[in-house]
Amino acid sequence: MDSAAKEAYLREYEVLKKKGKPFFPYAVFKDSVMFMIVVGVIAFMSLMLGAEQGPKADPTTTTYVPRPEWYFFFLFELLRVLKPPELVPVATIGLPTVAMVLLLLLPFYDRNPERHPLRRPVATTAGIMTIIAMAFLTYLGASAGSPTEIELDVAPQYEAGKQVAAQSGCLACHQFGHNGNDGPGPELTHIGSELPAAAIERTLRNPPGIMPSFENLPPEKFNDLVEFLSSLR
Amino acid sequence: MPNLVPKALRKPGKPGEGNGALSPEKLKEAPVDLVGWVDERTGASPFLTGLLFRKVPKGTNWYYTLGSATLFAFLVQAITGVFLAMFYVPSPVEAYGSITHITNDVFLGEFVRGMHKWGATTMIILIFLHMARTFFFGAYKYPRELNWVIGVVLIILTLVMGLTGYLLPFDQRSYWATIVAMNITATGPILGPYLADFLRAGAEFEATTLSRFYALHMMLVPGLIIALIGAHLYLVVKLGTTAPPWVRAESKPKSLREEKV
Ligand code: HEC
Ligand code: HEM
Repeated sequence: MDSAAKEAYLREYEVLKKKGKPFFPYAVFKDSVMFMIVVGVIAFMSLMLGAEQGPKADPTTTTYVPRPEWYFFFLFELLRVLKPPELVPVATIGLPTVAMVLLLLLPFYDRNPERHPLRRPVATTAGIMTIIAMAFLTYLGASAGSPTEIELDVAPQYEAGKQVAAQSGCLACHQFGHNGNDGPGPELTHIGSELPAAAIERTLRNPPGIMPSFENLPPEKFNDLVEFLSSLR
Repeated sequence: MPNLVPKALRKPGKPGEGNGALSPEKLKEAPVDLVGWVDERTGASPFLTGLLFRKVPKGTNWYYTLGSATLFAFLVQAITGVFLAMFYVPSPVEAYGSITHITNDVFLGEFVRGMHKWGATTMIILIFLHMARTFFFGAYKYPRELNWVIGVVLIILTLVMGLTGYLLPFDQRSYWATIVAMNITATGPILGPYLADFLRAGAEFEATTLSRFYALHMMLVPGLIIALIGAHLYLVVKLGTTAPPWVRAESKPKSLREEKV
């Protein structure tokens, strides 16, 4: 915006302000109505939906669902879309950082003096697309299950380890056969033929990328888990 | 209808009408009302009348309440948060039990916890709606660029509140989700590992992680948010809010005189 456009805006704004109404009582009235709605809705949701409490945090147990709060679903879904490990930093921090910087600097690169949304087609389209993309990713995240069962046929000595895997949340990020989510981690259906047992064990203790460590599982369960994974060929 | 506005805060009259905020008559009289008493000592009334009776431009509509709505949701969080902090214990051993205690034993405890939880969701929704409003109305343009920048920092801080608050109940979900969230942070380029170590208070999730999240969640980040909301609202009052972009000033000389409302 050059200085002529700035002056024109300020002059027009001055006129519109003169023709406006005083903050009190007109805007204060609307804000008070909004106050009652906001507090009313929050209190209503608290009464209807309450605040549940899950089982106590325990690094050694095997049932958990690594799920973020719903407004972070879109970030977690990005991880599924951009699965290869080289792309994970792009999805997790890179893309959100770029998005935040773009948002922060918006007034500095969008120098079009026009303000009407219909006369700013590029900005308006970009805004609507962003909203649709975020809503879609949130929807995907909300409908992704947290399965706790693995339907693979394994020899009886591996049943115990299969149980551990099914209940340790691996399925939130890995696929075994047709169970589990397709990403962000790689499919584990044939992991035994891809990695030797020692490497699998190392992965579970010191995992790469975003996977949590399972070092604190009770040793017996840990060994069952490693044996089960190595048997998947 | 009786005038409910205290005398000192009434709309100032035209010069010479004699009921101005600090008129000589007023200063001579002993103040009888409380507002007048405070005003005589602080001189706050010109500021407050300016605030109350400043004009909002023609066409201002309900979309302009979304910013205040966000503020109200934040106030709900601040107030319910203080009551939760009276009973919450930020140690890995006791945190879970103190939440159970709040939920089951404390008077209205579950209600307050529920309000804090759903208030967070409400605030996130409202802040995004408010940002969308200012985006589509082009309200981030000259001269309000700085207010947009402050707003983006506020939205980031609000998300940080969500992230740090999620761990505090210390149940399975919050524990494991936080581990994954910290690992995600650590995969970030350059600063990622340092940021994750700072948040975790070490290379691994430890007992001190909970205290660190608690300190961030109830002191550092809310303090920053309050300061930035202050700056945001200062600029809103100073610059005035935009008129909707489809409202134009037809500069007929007649309309310029419609000053009285
Ligand atoms: C939060 C998501 C997540 C969870 C939960 C998770 N993983 Fe992973 N896992 C990953 C990701 C992502 C990778 C790939 C990391 C990389 O290479 O950067 C991975 C890699 C692996 C690998 C190495 C695969 C290979 O081909 O190199 C194994 C084995 C593995 N996970 C097993 C498990 C098991 C067993 C569990 C459950 C006890 C589990 N994971 C839980 C995300 C997860
Ligand atoms: C804690 C969060 C926030 C609070 C309490 C808040 C509060 C307010 C209030 C009360 C107004 C007055 C006008 C209105 O309500 O629409 C306003 C205006 C504004 N806000 Fe916010 N806001 C917040 C976050 C944000 C965010 C995230 C953005 C954008 C990134 C933003 C950008 C703006 C802009 C550009 C204006 C000027 C609008 C105009 O003049 O029409 N704010 N804010």
